[in-house]
Amino acid sequence: MQTPDSIDGVETLLEDQRYVCGRGLSTAMFLALRLGRPLFLEGEAGVGKTEIAKAISKGLGRKLIRLQCYEGLDASSAVYEWNFAAQMIALRAAEAGGATDGLKDQLFAEEFLIERPLLQAMRPHEGGAPVLLIDELDRTDAPFEAFLLEALSDFQVTIPEIGAIIAPEPPIVILTSNRTREVHDALKRRCLYHWVDYPDFTRELEILTAQAPEVSAQLSREVVAFVQQLRTEDLFKKPGVAETIDWAKCLLALDVVTLSPEVIADTLGAVLKYQDDISKLQGSEAKRILEEAKAALEPA
Amino acid sequence: MTEYPPLDLPDDPKLAQNVTHFMRALRKAGLPIGPGAVIDAVRAVAETGFTSRTDFYWALHALCVRRPEHRAVFAQVFRLYWRDPRFMEHMMSLLLPAVRGVQEDRSAQAAEKRAAEALLDGAEPDMPNLHEDENEETLIEIDASATMSGEERLRSLDFEQMSTGEMAEAKRMLAKLSLPVKPLPSRRYGASPSGARIDARRTMAQALRRGGEITQLSRATPRPRWPNLVVICDISGSMSTYSRMVLHFLHAVANHKGAGWAQVHAFTFGTRLTNITRHLRTRDVDAALAAAGREAQDWEGGTRIGSCLHAFNRDWSRRVLGQGAVVLLITDGLDRDAPEQLSAEMQRLSLTARRLIWLNPLLRWEGFAPRASGIAAMLPHVHSFRAGHSIASLEELAAVISSPDDAGEKARLMAQLGPVSGQDGWRDAERGAER
Repeated sequence: MQTPDSIDGVETLLEDQRYVCGRGLSTAMFLALRLGRPLFLEGEAGVGKTEIAKAISKGLGRKLIRLQCYEGLDASSAVYEWNFAAQMIALRAAEAGGATDGLKDQLFAEEFLIERPLLQAMRPHEGGAPVLLIDELDRTDAPFEAFLLEALSDFQVTIPEIGAIIAPEPPIVILTSNRTREVHDALKRRCLYHWVDYPDFTRELEILTAQAPEVSAQLSREVVAFVQQLRTEDLFKKPGVAETIDWAKCLLALDVVTLSPEVIADTLGAVLKYQDDISKLQGSEAKRILEEAKAALEPA
Repeated sequence: MTEYPPLDLPDDPKLAQNVTHFMRALRKAGLPIGPGAVIDAVRAVAETGFTSRTDFYWALHALCVRRPEHRAVFAQVFRLYWRDPRFMEHMMSLLLPAVRGVQEDRSAQAAEKRAAEALLDGAEPDMPNLHEDENEETLIEIDASATMSGEERLRSLDFEQMSTGEMAEAKRMLAKLSLPVKPLPSRRYGASPSGARIDARRTMAQALRRGGEITQLSRATPRPRWPNLVVICDISGSMSTYSRMVLHFLHAVANHKGAGWAQVHAFTFGTRLTNITRHLRTRDVDAALAAAGREAQDWEGGTRIGSCLHAFNRDWSRRVLGQGAVVLLITDGLDRDAPEQLSAEMQRLSLTARRLIWLNPLLRWEGFAPRASGIAAMLPHVHSFRAGHSIASLEELAAVISSPDDAGEKARLMAQLGPVSGQDGWRDAERGAER
């Protein structure tokens, strides 16, 4: 499928994938597609940074290639690796057969090359360039970040034995970071940047309805209002949209029709993930927040 | 007899003298200027002439400045020496707190103090003397040639009891200190003959070099990486002398190349938390501290440790403590907030940090007991509790920062706290939560 030619087009495309986003994010996404620049998404955990990559790849019908970052990620896990065992066997076989001429070229042929996500993304794909998701970039270390600079600005990777492999069509690159550390400016400068914030009530309700349509409208409204209210509290880790959806599904599984302090106390683990935060909400706190949330719902 | 080429110096002896003194001031302010440069400078000045002040400035600049961070110092020394006849008056007022407020009509700029100290120290007899009567009472002693025994004495001297001269010397000594840290194992591999993992790539490469013959397997072992250091420093009124000195020390640690730490993050707090990491990277220590001072509005104010640690835990802990950082908390623990909150925040901090070290200058007193409620609330959660009031105590810190079992004075003081608070921070906090 062709890339959309307007911001509205991007919004429709994402909506078809049940991904509801704000104008800011869709504009950034549109520009990333148009200008062929990587999109750098930062924001708290669970606000839908990774999801947009999935949505856009599905919507455009492109392949999604995911590179999950972790500490110690290096070129051999991110770009390519030679299949040493196969090379070794080929070497022995050639020795036994006595045909060692031009062995070096044979050993470093593409049949022995194991492609990792970055190299895969540079290859031509049927139906257009793939979506390359570089997830949680903040988990990796500075050397790898520096390595990405070449790959992301020129869309090429260099294999010493073969040479540079240049992408025929730049992949759609989406980088995400939870901001557990600052990513270097040099990398950010090469990307379009967007801070993904928690959605407001209306949008979060839209997201919840899109993601969990089986939850009743009344319960959805209560859940979203409660989570919205919860985010204004002083918590160590505020709940993300993912938690809202999880919680609504939990409540559905428990056949809950409406929120009550008891139900909240029983299922709080789906929303809050730190003991400090949970203990803060024990007792009358949950009741107070629920009342405030319901009061906020009234005029609607 | 050796024939020296005649020195082509201008006739005006006053100029040569002035340039010489100016160059000496620069040298004292920390610029590397040899005697040859003085002669060059006098020549250069004679060449350029005095028609333009800008030419004069850049001529000397070209000869004296070697590195970008020298520029600020040079600019200040130049301005003070050649342009501002009131500098003596102003600097006196800055150096001596007693007359502060009377003459101070603006605050010192970066490197200005250093420039003034350099100019005032061992002043030439024919220096422009603006206020002769005042100078008698504003005599400044700076003992730059510290003998060995003097250095020893300075080591154990309390920062608060130091004179201006001793302070200057102490700063010089602190600038040479570092906090050597042991590296941590990482998940990246590097070649090593005795490594546990076989490095197939390298083995293959070597085999190819020998025509396919594998003589030995190359091995790899995790390459070490350096941890981060996060410093949270109290700058409230009761801590001001110590925090200034410790920040001097931190500046040295943050800018000491090859000293280990991957990154040094620094925060100050009094009534609110301020991130001064960026300022600490400024090469000139005075400029760095001045910038940090401008950023932290609560310098020498009250203390609210609990709420500041809360702000740190909420806004920064995930971002700066992610990769196993060591936390250095510098405070006297005298707090206005409720001890329950403080205890909970300290627990959170100690859970997220790899090691939490508390430097407390109060520990210098013989028979210090953790009676203050704030100290009693914080103590159970730290891994190590140490004094931080003198160069010697900071040197001790440097010696033990890598040892994982070091607890400093914690055990002794915990015993004094009595059985009520217990040894276990976890249970403490649980009790707090039940309450």
